[in-house]
Amino acid sequence: MNKIWQSSGLFAVVMVLLAAPYMGLPVHWQSFLYVVFFWVTLATSWNMLSGYSGYFSFGHGAFFGVGMYGMATLATKAEWPVVPAALGSGLLAAVLALAVGAVVFNARKIRGESFALITMAVGFVLATVIVNTPIDGGPGVYLMSVSLPQWGPKPASTFYYASLLLTILCVAVAWWLFHARAGLGLLAIHDDEDVAQVNGVPTFWLKMGAFALSSFFAGVMGAIHALYVSYVTVGETFNITVPLTVVLMSVLGGSRHWAGPMLGGILITFLLNAFTAGESALVGKVIIGLVLAGAVLVMPRGILGTLQLRQHKRLMQKNQDAEFLHASVESVPLQDLERPLARPADSMDRQKVLQVRGLSKQFAGIRALHQVDLDLYQGEILGLLGPNGSGKSTFINVVTGHYKPTEGTVLLQGQSCAGWPAHRIRRQGLSRTYQIPRPFHGLTVLQNVILAAHYGGTRLSDAQAKQEALEWMRFTGLHDKSDHFPDELNLHQRKFLELARALAARPQVLLLDEVLSGLTPSEISAAVQTIRRIRDRGTSIVFVEHVMSAVLALSDRLVVLNQGEVIAEGSPEDVMSREEVVRAYLGDEAAV
Amino acid sequence: MPSAGLLLQALASGVFLGALYGLIGLGVGLGWGLLRQINLSHFAWVFLSAYITYELKTRLGVDPLISLLFLVPLFGLLGMAVQALLARFAITPFNSLLVTFGITVSVEALLQWIWSADFRRMASFYDEHKFRLGSVVVTYSEALTMGMALLAVGLAWWMLHRTDMGKSVRASAEDPAIATAFGIHAKRLAIWVAGFCAALAACAGVCVALTFTLAPSQIFAWVGVVFAVVMVGRLGSALTPLIGGLVIGISESMTMALIAPTWAPLVAFTVLILILLLRRGDE
Repeated sequence: MNKIWQSSGLFAVVMVLLAAPYMGLPVHWQSFLYVVFFWVTLATSWNMLSGYSGYFSFGHGAFFGVGMYGMATLATKAEWPVVPAALGSGLLAAVLALAVGAVVFNARKIRGESFALITMAVGFVLATVIVNTPIDGGPGVYLMSVSLPQWGPKPASTFYYASLLLTILCVAVAWWLFHARAGLGLLAIHDDEDVAQVNGVPTFWLKMGAFALSSFFAGVMGAIHALYVSYVTVGETFNITVPLTVVLMSVLGGSRHWAGPMLGGILITFLLNAFTAGESALVGKVIIGLVLAGAVLVMPRGILGTLQLRQHKRLMQKNQDAEFLHASVESVPLQDLERPLARPADSMDRQKVLQVRGLSKQFAGIRALHQVDLDLYQGEILGLLGPNGSGKSTFINVVTGHYKPTEGTVLLQGQSCAGWPAHRIRRQGLSRTYQIPRPFHGLTVLQNVILAAHYGGTRLSDAQAKQEALEWMRFTGLHDKSDHFPDELNLHQRKFLELARALAARPQVLLLDEVLSGLTPSEISAAVQTIRRIRDRGTSIVFVEHVMSAVLALSDRLVVLNQGEVIAEGSPEDVMSREEVVRAYLGDEAAV
Repeated sequence: MPSAGLLLQALASGVFLGALYGLIGLGVGLGWGLLRQINLSHFAWVFLSAYITYELKTRLGVDPLISLLFLVPLFGLLGMAVQALLARFAITPFNSLLVTFGITVSVEALLQWIWSADFRRMASFYDEHKFRLGSVVVTYSEALTMGMALLAVGLAWWMLHRTDMGKSVRASAEDPAIATAFGIHAKRLAIWVAGFCAALAACAGVCVALTFTLAPSQIFAWVGVVFAVVMVGRLGSALTPLIGGLVIGISESMTMALIAPTWAPLVAFTVLILILLLRRGDE
């Protein structure tokens, strides 16, 4: 009901805006609305990469500037008609974004401040090049001679319609991206990029795509604006205030929402107009600066972010009350989960699903793994043991693609995947959990699992992904926590969220990194049951654990690592009685 | 190819420009590294101080060095007051940038309201008188700027590395939770650091007034270069902003002498991009 109201309201606003010039909207209002559309487009397009994925760019002015100079060049020197010139300018900006992204996104540590500064620097470099080359040459470029089509009743309406259409398109794309699988991936990148990749998200290409889209819209808006101001200079185009204003608008409105930048853009433009019209313009500007500073302080999540949080809290409160009233919630039957978990193996059970040979990992002189061989058979639970620092976590990180191996091979269902990026290994059928749960804090529990289902290897529709996610939440007992945020769960539940996320990808092989640590005895026995059930559905498990009783109860076979090398392998009873194993765990004296 | 004498002169002006970059960069870098604040209002304070210096000199004939004596404590208090206010809110580095951007916009409008958008140039003894250092001509303004930069860097280094308070500040920047557990009052320290940074802005403002033409819109013209200076060095360090300033100041002035003044920004920002791309990560 709410949704219908929202979309019909939005539709009505768009219709009114489209009809307004014909209903006698004064020209100065059309110009004012042009400014509103201008900022909304810039802020919304900025948000597609920066708001969703958290890569805050200070270089949005650069792509906007490429659009302005694209139009200045294409429409005057090359004499293109304005519409192809505008689209061409947008493409130019997108190409520049892809070039910058190809360099920056490949450098692993360029995040946060570094990314902001690099994009800012790109803008200044571009400005220097343009001012020193025939593109501008110093005095600026006039676009007065460019012939414009007339859209609408008056000459001024052309800009009104051009910017309105671009804004509608831009906001629609931002809406689509936000609700699409890609948008979920970008939001996950915002929360924890490494974990996003481990969950199958192709982070590099998502960022590239969002960056290109974002820059395209900034470029087209720049192209339109070049015609609007009809005189383009480097000083007015490439400065630090344009990108900062755009960031401010998005953050004020709420940068983790598709509509946030639109709201922020409209608010700030109206504020500026209301306060800075007339004689007291400067006093108005002083006040606005302080109001904005105060707003960011009081609402660091922005207006929409704050509203959503409040709504969420109210919902949680209501649920709590409801739970209190209906204290006995019936347990959900599990029959629908009886179909096999993993894709069926094509031959007999003793098939090796994971085959590791000669795996080594060197960190600047430290030998973390040395010549590790390990086999995992179909339907097996393999306990991986070793004292702290023996290389268990490194093993998991190398096999899942977080680190590249120094040497060695990893065959996953016969496919060699050593050195692959983490998301491809995940899609090949290998999932992991983290010892200390690393959920995406900004996504709900359900969204966390949906993301994993979406990026798990088989292409699912939104409905299928949700279905899949709900199934695994029921399997792990999290089904009544769908709308919670991970921070509202206890440790036990967060560990099970890790499990649900790993399982939603329907893995052949599951690496469990100390799932039991920190749990109470009763939680441990429940978890042990769950792990058995996972294996019974056909997933083979490598199980890293310190809780010995659980290891002995669950494992079919043990492998013991010490100082990066395999020191023992065999049945649990056999391995645990071996002298070198006892020595590795308890020291030399104990082994005598 | 310009003559050797000209190149030497360009080198010298690069050194003095770099000293000013370093002086501004020191304040920005300390706040960034120690308080996790990207403080755009630092530039606003620099220009506010410059305009006050200008006004006192042109109206009342007050010597800029006299102005400096009371601007430093005044701005120190201002910085502490702003920090005391900001400390009431949980604030991420990016939001600190936006908050201080808001403050800067306000200050820019304030400056424009009082002094108009026109360009202003302060005439002073220090800028009109020069001395020779070998074949290089140096104005007293430049020498003063250099002296102040060296003094500020030395003082900051001494405080951070030789006093208990400085050591607590560094500990707190490295791991706030642990530092608090060891009895360090992080909020109070942050107020002192912010005050020190704002006092540095007052010094830098006097230097800007001595050698540069003032206009409110110029506030933002310094942001990019100073960020580059800060990044060339290490955040929160006392010595590296000056080194960064010299690297960028000299490379800019050599570009001006050898190629053309308009190409100068290219050097600073290319240096910034390369440093960010090639630097080894902290992880």
